[in-house]
Amino acid sequence: MIRPLRCLITSAAALIAVWAAAQPAAAATTIQRVVSPGGIEAWLVNEPSLPLIALNFAFIGGSAEDPADKPGVAYMVSSLLDDGAGELDAKAFHQQLEENAVELRFSATQDYFFGSIRLLRDRQAQSFDLLRLAINQPRFDADAVGRVRDQILAGLRRETTDPGSIASRAWWRTAFAGHPYGRPTGGSLTSIPTITADDLRTYARQVVTRDTLKIAVVGDIDAAALGPILDRVFGSLPATGTRVGMPDAAVRDSGRRIVTQLNVPQAVVWLGGAGIMRKDPDFMPAFVVNHILGGGSFTSRLYDEVREKRGLAYGVYSYLLTLRHAAMFMASTQTQADSAREALELIEAQIRRMGDEGPTEAELAKAKAYLKGSYALNFDTSTKIASILLQNQLDDLGINYIEKRNGLIDAVTIEDARRAAKRLADGGMLVTVVGQPKGLASKEPGG
Amino acid sequence: MPINLTFCSSAQAIAGVAVAATLFTAGAQAQQKPDVGHFMLANGLEVVVVPDRRTPVVTHMVWYKVGAADEPPGTSGIAHFLEHLMFKGTAKNPAGRFSQAVAAVGGQENAFTSQDYTGYFQRVSRDNLKTLMEFEADRMTGLVLANEQVVPELKVVLEEQNQRVANSPRSRLSEQIDAALYLNHPYGKPVIGWRHEIEKLNREDALAFYKRFYTPNNAVLVVAGDVTTDEIRTLAEATYGKVAKVAEIGPRRRPQEPAQVAARHVTLADVQVQQPSLSRAYLVPSSVTAKAGESEALEVLSFILGHGTTSRLYRNLVVERELAVSAGGWYNGTALDASQFSVYGSPKPGVTLEQLEGAIDAVIDDVVAKGVTPDEVERAKNRLIADAIYAQDSQATMARWYGAALTTGSSVQAVQSWPDRIRAVTADSVSAAAKAWLDKRRSVTGYLIKDSSPREEKRS
Repeated sequence: MIRPLRCLITSAAALIAVWAAAQPAAAATTIQRVVSPGGIEAWLVNEPSLPLIALNFAFIGGSAEDPADKPGVAYMVSSLLDDGAGELDAKAFHQQLEENAVELRFSATQDYFFGSIRLLRDRQAQSFDLLRLAINQPRFDADAVGRVRDQILAGLRRETTDPGSIASRAWWRTAFAGHPYGRPTGGSLTSIPTITADDLRTYARQVVTRDTLKIAVVGDIDAAALGPILDRVFGSLPATGTRVGMPDAAVRDSGRRIVTQLNVPQAVVWLGGAGIMRKDPDFMPAFVVNHILGGGSFTSRLYDEVREKRGLAYGVYSYLLTLRHAAMFMASTQTQADSAREALELIEAQIRRMGDEGPTEAELAKAKAYLKGSYALNFDTSTKIASILLQNQLDDLGINYIEKRNGLIDAVTIEDARRAAKRLADGGMLVTVVGQPKGLASKEPGG
Repeated sequence: MPINLTFCSSAQAIAGVAVAATLFTAGAQAQQKPDVGHFMLANGLEVVVVPDRRTPVVTHMVWYKVGAADEPPGTSGIAHFLEHLMFKGTAKNPAGRFSQAVAAVGGQENAFTSQDYTGYFQRVSRDNLKTLMEFEADRMTGLVLANEQVVPELKVVLEEQNQRVANSPRSRLSEQIDAALYLNHPYGKPVIGWRHEIEKLNREDALAFYKRFYTPNNAVLVVAGDVTTDEIRTLAEATYGKVAKVAEIGPRRRPQEPAQVAARHVTLADVQVQQPSLSRAYLVPSSVTAKAGESEALEVLSFILGHGTTSRLYRNLVVERELAVSAGGWYNGTALDASQFSVYGSPKPGVTLEQLEGAIDAVIDDVVAKGVTPDEVERAKNRLIADAIYAQDSQATMARWYGAALTTGSSVQAVQSWPDRIRAVTADSVSAAAKAWLDKRRSVTGYLIKDSSPREEKRS
């Protein structure tokens, strides 16, 4: 029996030109809001020129929903959903993935549990069915759980002497002490052995539910065909979950420096302070300011001062990180022991100077041109488009955000930029350093 | 496991390179693309155009047929150091102007070096392509270097060596395995160079290398994205076409490997190692040195032995015998000279590396003695061929495949026929490849262990 389709494509106004920002004349691809017969919503870009489909989805509730004494549950679930589901054990499931050439991935961040599938159009029935099994009927068989536990522990053992991992863990543990964000997403050597299959099932039941599900689809599939697939794959998930949730949090211990000795030639330097939340009106100005200070091009102030002029490091950069309940402004570099202090002082001085003076008019104009021009580069593969459409849903930006986004960049004034720069710099930074840095010791805030 | 070890001018864009390297690992090449353009300019520059009209964006790459394996003895790292110095300006466009122009239009740029090639690329919206082509054509032969730029950049490269190699015991073991595997061929030297030689590199070394190898007749231009072959022909003639040939390029003949007759074993002990591991590299043919069908058979063999959790190594070592936490393997066919087939594993606590090696030997002995099954071959082929479809979703991936092929002695035709050649692989040809090439005498086994020897203290 064929059920009548009820794929609602909203009015023409919601058909958004993905490439409008780059070039109105180009073959405009449109984003459609599809609602399945069962009421599941997805954003779709129908792109028939290649015989493949990419689907990305997410649920609210990442590692922050781990039990407080068992960090690593969400991460472990993400590693196990494709290790056996329904009637298929791990081996059979992976063989079917391979036979159908399906790429299926799961991951957990602090806030979200993510999934993505890339599949061949001509194998879509079998491929979507594997996804359905993985999220609806994961088995968590004892042998698979044991293998994944051993693999995670091996990774954690490696991390105990990896300078980057030590610096990152020390930063998060200190900046968010007492808050779920302070717990390690990947778990710890003491927590992972205590996680049972029941913990994994409980997590999945609480988080993998329809109430917070967001979906983005790109590829050779139209709205009419997608609707029933959404119902088949996601329709049987529980309607609601139970999430512990958490309060908003601020970065703690700004001004403190924690130095951890490790016998490696190159020191890793991490800095992080208060950022600006995604919904804050100063987010876009801060985004532009960060680009000028240490964003990803060969022209940032940090790149010029630390690398280009002095050759102190191969990489040096800063970025804004926004979570659902906290916002961070981060910077990082790696440099030999003798120059760690100089590099750190240079970065701190550049941040202070940016806070005091803001960017110049010329820098602001250049940054805007870069950020507007580079936006189109995010849309040249199906998976990249799907991931942006998903993120825009998670950030609640609206289906027409892609069209509006470059206008928001353009609207940033020099006053906006100065104000945002001051906000980023004023909070100070919590610094973690790992290695054998000369002349750098731990210090307390204000010390 | 990375195979096409490449090094970038900036850490910021490494993710893209890593992805490309992984795809090379799978060995997939592009599906039949009848609209791929391929022509040569009068000055000898080869041009490939890969249209992908979905987005008004282009990937513009210039690949030079020169890499670390072409370096004069004693100057290891010069190919990579020069790659960094190529961002220091020309007489016409002083330092920073090119990067500023790329940034001004929101473009992304970077560069990379491998044993066989050096590449430079930008990704921009299609309107800006011509400007970039002018800049890139200008630095093909117009580089100007001042010592005050060279000296800090050498420090940057030394920091890159620290970051990638010195700080990482696994990378240091990998260098030692390569060095032991190649008895005579320069693939035994690290792409980034040996540190004591990097430290001595200078402006004159870089310019000499540049003048010898950077010339249109030793380069391949690849443009992928929202373009047509006719457009690119016009643009290329107006830009690169004006660059005069400045050097004659002879055949790329590197010292070749002698018959390898002794299995080698290296151990790297480091206090940092908390999780031991082992990996073994076999010297095997690349896609251009292999007999017809042999490289494709090695591709399928590496998939069956080492790709993912259905592979023989994973099933046997991790699932059935519970000796390892991970195990796998890979083959890199994209090389001008003899390449590598590698297997690896990390033991569970309480299992020694000797026990793990014994178990790996048993899996390999079995495939050598009994071959593979038609079922396994079908599954592997299926997955490998699908990679060629997935690759078409990314203009940058397509550009990399063609660029890497044309700078490692392969051809546009070979890239396009790759799915058909994989389709032609049989269980018999895979079994024959296993028998012919998984010969321990042509291999190096590397152990990574914790250094627990007591520290010597200097008391004076």
